Amino acid sequence: MKQFITFIRKEFYHVFRDRKTLLLLFGLPIAQIILFGFALTNEIKNSKIVICDYARDNASQRIIEKLAVSTNFNIEKTILSHQEIEAAFKSGKIKLVIVFPAGFNEDILHFNKATVQVIADASDPNTATTLTNYISNIVSDYQKEITGLNPLPYQVVPETRMLYNPELKGATNFVPGVMALVLLLVCVLMTSASIVREKEKGTMEVLLVSPFNPLLVIISKAVPYFVLSLINLTIILLLSVFLLDMPFNGNLLLFFAESSLFIVTALSLGLLISNSTDSLQSAMLVSLLGMLIPTMLFTGFMFPIENMPMPLQVISNLVPSRWYYIIVKSIMIKGLGFAVIWKETLILLAMTVFLLLVSFKKFKIRLQ
Amino acid sequence: MKTLRFLLVKEFKQIFRNRSLLPVIFVMPVIQLLIMPLAANYEVKNINISIVDHDHSSYSQKLISKITASGYFKLAGYCDSYNQAFKQIENDQADLILEIPHDFEKKLVRENKQQLFIAINAINGTKAGLGGSYLAAIIAGFNNGIRIDWLQPQRFSQSPVIEVTASNWFNTFLYYPFFMVPGILVVLVTMVCTYMCSLNIVKEKEVGTIEQINVTPIKKYHFILGKLIPFWVIGIFVFSVGLFVVGRLVYGIVPVGNIPLLYAFLSLYLVALLGLGLLISTYSETQQQAMSVAFFFIMIFLLMSGLFTPVDSMPSWARTIAAFNPVTYFIEVMRMVVLKGSGFSDVKYQFLIITAFAIFFNTWAILNYKKTS
Amino acid sequence: MKEVVIKTEKLTKRFGDFIAANEITFDVYAGEIFGFLGANGAGKTTAMRMLCGLSTPSSGKATIAGFDVYKQAEKIKKNIGYMSQKFSLYEDLTITENIRFFAGIYGLPNKKIKEKTSMLIEQLGLQNEAGKLVGSLPPGWKQKLSFSVAILHDPKIVFLDEPTGGVDPVTRRQFWDLIYAASARNITIFVTTHYMDEAEYCNRISMMVDGVIKALDTPAHLKEQFGAASMDEVFFELARGAKRTAD
Repeated sequence: MKQFITFIRKEFYHVFRDRKTLLLLFGLPIAQIILFGFALTNEIKNSKIVICDYARDNASQRIIEKLAVSTNFNIEKTILSHQEIEAAFKSGKIKLVIVFPAGFNEDILHFNKATVQVIADASDPNTATTLTNYISNIVSDYQKEITGLNPLPYQVVPETRMLYNPELKGATNFVPGVMALVLLLVCVLMTSASIVREKEKGTMEVLLVSPFNPLLVIISKAVPYFVLSLINLTIILLLSVFLLDMPFNGNLLLFFAESSLFIVTALSLGLLISNSTDSLQSAMLVSLLGMLIPTMLFTGFMFPIENMPMPLQVISNLVPSRWYYIIVKSIMIKGLGFAVIWKETLILLAMTVFLLLVSFKKFKIRLQ
Repeated sequence: MKTLRFLLVKEFKQIFRNRSLLPVIFVMPVIQLLIMPLAANYEVKNINISIVDHDHSSYSQKLISKITASGYFKLAGYCDSYNQAFKQIENDQADLILEIPHDFEKKLVRENKQQLFIAINAINGTKAGLGGSYLAAIIAGFNNGIRIDWLQPQRFSQSPVIEVTASNWFNTFLYYPFFMVPGILVVLVTMVCTYMCSLNIVKEKEVGTIEQINVTPIKKYHFILGKLIPFWVIGIFVFSVGLFVVGRLVYGIVPVGNIPLLYAFLSLYLVALLGLGLLISTYSETQQQAMSVAFFFIMIFLLMSGLFTPVDSMPSWARTIAAFNPVTYFIEVMRMVVLKGSGFSDVKYQFLIITAFAIFFNTWAILNYKKTS
Repeated sequence: MKEVVIKTEKLTKRFGDFIAANEITFDVYAGEIFGFLGANGAGKTTAMRMLCGLSTPSSGKATIAGFDVYKQAEKIKKNIGYMSQKFSLYEDLTITENIRFFAGIYGLPNKKIKEKTSMLIEQLGLQNEAGKLVGSLPPGWKQKLSFSVAILHDPKIVFLDEPTGGVDPVTRRQFWDLIYAASARNITIFVTTHYMDEAEYCNRISMMVDGVIKALDTPAHLKEQFGAASMDEVFFELARGAKRTAD
């Protein structure tokens, strides 16, 4: 037992002496929380648009007023020709053009029908559709305005309540994802690097030849990162609750229990990677190049998984952070208990066991 | 100059002999380029709706079939009570609940107004907002249908209809991969080149072969060029395969703009990024250190580049950070030249900035690298 | 009078408060085998790194092959060879590729490179291994190869930093044969080691203890001076009071 503690202590020294690695371990999660909490958003704001108002009547003015109030747009009113629009799109200066045809108000009054034309730079389809939607909403607001003078009979009015996140804050969706992403990447990266480094230096053989159970050696490498990850998680939690005003409605103990399970899963994955490569370079590149973007995408906090093509949805099931993400949301935001997340917990458990079994099998083969 | 030739021969031999490295440099980016653009999508469909129908009238049924026929929603449950439906939300089986009250149809006739209750899981704010507005639009359409059924058209003045017609230029079918592929390609090339370059140099430090180099008459700039050029070539190769093989064959992307312009920018961009890798390596003693620092920067670059979320929507302090991110500029240029056919005058500002980055990183790195300590 | 190829005067290297090498003063003559001895941590490697142009001295003067160590470090490098403790050949390149690389780096013309490559391979008897990666060679071969590559460009001086670590006595003996052959060609050999028996092979040796040169003479004279039967005993006498124990 004492030797085990000696090993663990040695690993702690390794970690804390390397300042640059500490930058990654603690700096990155904090940076991500701040960015996701305050800087990154799916909303479209500050888009430069041009309004070609051929009508210049009450209706067009009114709609333009409404547009000007919105923070989504920076408006410029000019008349542009077809080529000028194309050049402006190409130079990236404007995102969209709205055209009010001459006689706009007349059409509304006399024919009960009018058209507003929107020309969008769809090289960014997301911005194009979102802006077009914003504009449609504003136009239909105006429609309601002029209709409101003659109220319609038989009104069916939807009453909407937003659950869990009434202010529609982006952070609520992102933060659990960041937790999952950070824990997974850091644990995998660090464990695999630590073990492979020892292999490369040759000190691994020394340890294996010693009377200590090789299992203990490996576990001792994982322990510091386990502890560090828990500390990291706590920091992220504190930041999100106090800096980003995230709710924490659930059981703290359950949260840490589930998180510990996830950390073990991540460490096991790191173990598997380290058993599969001999060079530190490869171990790190696999973790970095191979895992970064897939983990970001398949955890499910950036893009909805249910909209991905079927084969990709299947792949996403293999990414442990995906399940942890669901668990964190359930506990932290929905305030639910184990009864709801037992399925996801079981999946993580199964993954861990599988990863550990394969790692140890590979380890044994290597020894022979 | 001959020295450089010998250095390059050695570097290329070493890179290609490294069996475990080759798949990482070449295969992984291709696989990711195949998967990522398909996974990254903004459309909101397949929203799971759980319906609590207390009315069970023909009109409530009509509403429900309208909802399921819309293509946006999938019926997750047809429940007897709100509590039952709420459990589905807790289980993530449903994203929203629609509750139709008792005697909905009768009360609508009698009181001229009725409410429908909607509860939405708003953890994903964007999804909730869109889901809510889709449902509202369907309900409004349903509402209009009732009026037409029950009243003579002349007996109420129809509301004026202002139609918004949208023309989408450059990407008529709003095909998201057109938008995502160039950006993801940039990120992949960035990662491969920066990581590999910094790790490669630090490895020589760790193993000790760098001392052997320092003691020879090899000039500093020879050594540095010898390290940068191979990865520059690899970067160009990966980019070309990504754009012309994967991009064209899998996604049908044909660059509209000037391809030499693109490669000119790519060349400068790679010089800048390799300079950054070099810089990181001058400050690192071990591969793990180099990797940690490189990963930190790449991650921040990735998030702030406008790849997944727009730069314009960021608060001004964040936009300033994005301005110091070389990746932002290349993604801009890629999207502009490949999709819109922008010309040099449109991107000359980005060219200027990336040249500045290239000079800055490389000068700093060269000054830092000392053969004699 | 023999030509002086290395001349140092009060050469010092400080790392903060720690003085690794303290006012080292000595001369080395052309063609001699000069042993730079001392225990681990005595400062041998630090001193040698200064002479190679790898490390700038904190104070003092030194000239290597006639070039000033502060102002003409790059010129020095053209005229010296170096073999470090870790052998420093590229493990993932073949023998032939390594030889070609270093020959090219030192500016040998292509024809000469071809000549030297085949000559060297023949000399070491490595004809069957020429296409193999250096990493697959046993340490003794690597060592001999490293030395040969270090003198490929006929430098005036070759610096060897603990070259015989971890090799069997037969290989060590063969290695020293190579050193003798080089010395006969008037290449000066500057070798650091903590194997005292190798001291016997040198023309003159110097002994560093705690960063200072405590003795400088031929092995025979030193044994006489200290009444010792072997260099081991000489070393023991000098290094007994040493305070530093690790490099």
